[in-house]
Amino acid sequence: MALKRKSKQFKWHRKHLLGLRELSAEEITYILDTAEGFEQISTRSVKKAPPLRGKVVVNLFFEDSTRTRNSFALAANRLSADIIEFTKKTSSVSKGESLLDTARNLEALGIDIVVVRHNAGGAPKFLSRNINACVVNAGDGFCEHPTQGLLDTYTIRKIKGSLEGLKIAIVGDIAHSRVARSDMWAMTKLGAEVIFVGPPTLMPPQVRQLPVKVSYSLDEVIEKVDVINMLRIQFERLGGNPFPSIREYSHYFGLTVERMKRAKSDILVMHPGPINRGLEIESEVADGRNSVILEQVTNGLAVRMAVMFLVNQAAAQQK
Amino acid sequence: MKVILDSGQIEQVLNELRDRILSETPVELDIAVIGIRSRGEVLAQRLSGQLSQKLGKDVPCGTLDITLYRDDLNSPNSTTQPLVRTTEIGFNVDDKIIILVDDVLYTGRSARAAMDALIDLGRPKAIRLAVLVDRAGREFPIQADYAGYKADTSPGKLVQVNLVESDGKDEVVIE
Repeated sequence: MALKRKSKQFKWHRKHLLGLRELSAEEITYILDTAEGFEQISTRSVKKAPPLRGKVVVNLFFEDSTRTRNSFALAANRLSADIIEFTKKTSSVSKGESLLDTARNLEALGIDIVVVRHNAGGAPKFLSRNINACVVNAGDGFCEHPTQGLLDTYTIRKIKGSLEGLKIAIVGDIAHSRVARSDMWAMTKLGAEVIFVGPPTLMPPQVRQLPVKVSYSLDEVIEKVDVINMLRIQFERLGGNPFPSIREYSHYFGLTVERMKRAKSDILVMHPGPINRGLEIESEVADGRNSVILEQVTNGLAVRMAVMFLVNQAAAQQK
Repeated sequence: MKVILDSGQIEQVLNELRDRILSETPVELDIAVIGIRSRGEVLAQRLSGQLSQKLGKDVPCGTLDITLYRDDLNSPNSTTQPLVRTTEIGFNVDDKIIILVDDVLYTGRSARAAMDALIDLGRPKAIRLAVLVDRAGREFPIQADYAGYKADTSPGKLVQVNLVESDGKDEVVIE
């Protein structure tokens, strides 16, 4: 009988989770290991544990979100924290209050963790420098969405055992995707090879400086990869006409039943949601046996619990 | 460093614990063993194996991680940062006699945390506490139902339980 001992001597010291770019492989592994311990909370009779009892979490969302916001709220609830929901539309931000004023006012109420989503890249970092509470980035501009990167990585590791040596394609609107960036940082740090796939018009300007391969043809990579992560076309962020028509995009970059026939039989099909069925992915594939899209959502809960637990731990020890 | 139990004595203490558990638990009741990570886990596995053998039926065994239930999580003075690990209990605890196993009973804080963690998994018929070493220095009103070796160790000392499965050899030492 071998006792499982992972990341034993490590000490987590960050009271903010701003992005995965700045984390070491060891830190990422530590979060994933910690998340394993939170998974079972969601499957037992009392779906709650006490580590954040008496703490207050605020969901500070300046952009629309359903699954990330709900996931953070449920994760906070399961750790016994109290949660304040704050959305742009129903708040004084619509009256012209600044990000910092909003956060300071919330802090005056005695909050411990701010989960922030903002359309400006760097907003979470700005907050972390100006308030005392822990800051968790839930998506900033085109920069990072660290908990999504972590939950994607967690899902792959759980099924494949390790990221080491895996080939992972991230397909679609890379330019506007903070998920692609956070995925890239986490997955490459843990030893995977990441390939960005999409039309040149949807690649970020300095893509060649990133630690990824680039391909403009899904047909070229589909046979080689172990994991394929299909991104949603973010119509709300698109300027100009990056591709001639939706149908043409779908023809070249959609994950279809036909294309899946050429993929490895154990390929993992992922999608951060929300899905545009029939556009970047066909329904039969999204609901097919290789799809782990719903597992991603479930795992996201455990990962977010782990992140909030860890930043709060670091804050407690820095007092 | 002083050895207070060698491997033969550890085996003897575990046999005594097993026999007392058997004599005090009616055979018609379902019994299960749950160890507190990490040394309690090893002891629980040994104990459940022995109980299964004596009873001629499978006595399920599980592992409880109590990190999330510790009372020093938000304390700035805690020197170590606990790693959250998995709770692995593959059976329903409802209506069972749960033998909760730990290596050392000292302040009673781990046992308190373990009981809270267990109750979140269901409603056992009873929880009984079995420990290899019963060390003086309780801070909570908790006592073991099945206490092995009693150690009257002064507060500054460390009682370290080493087991073959996790540490390479069976031995209890005071440092």
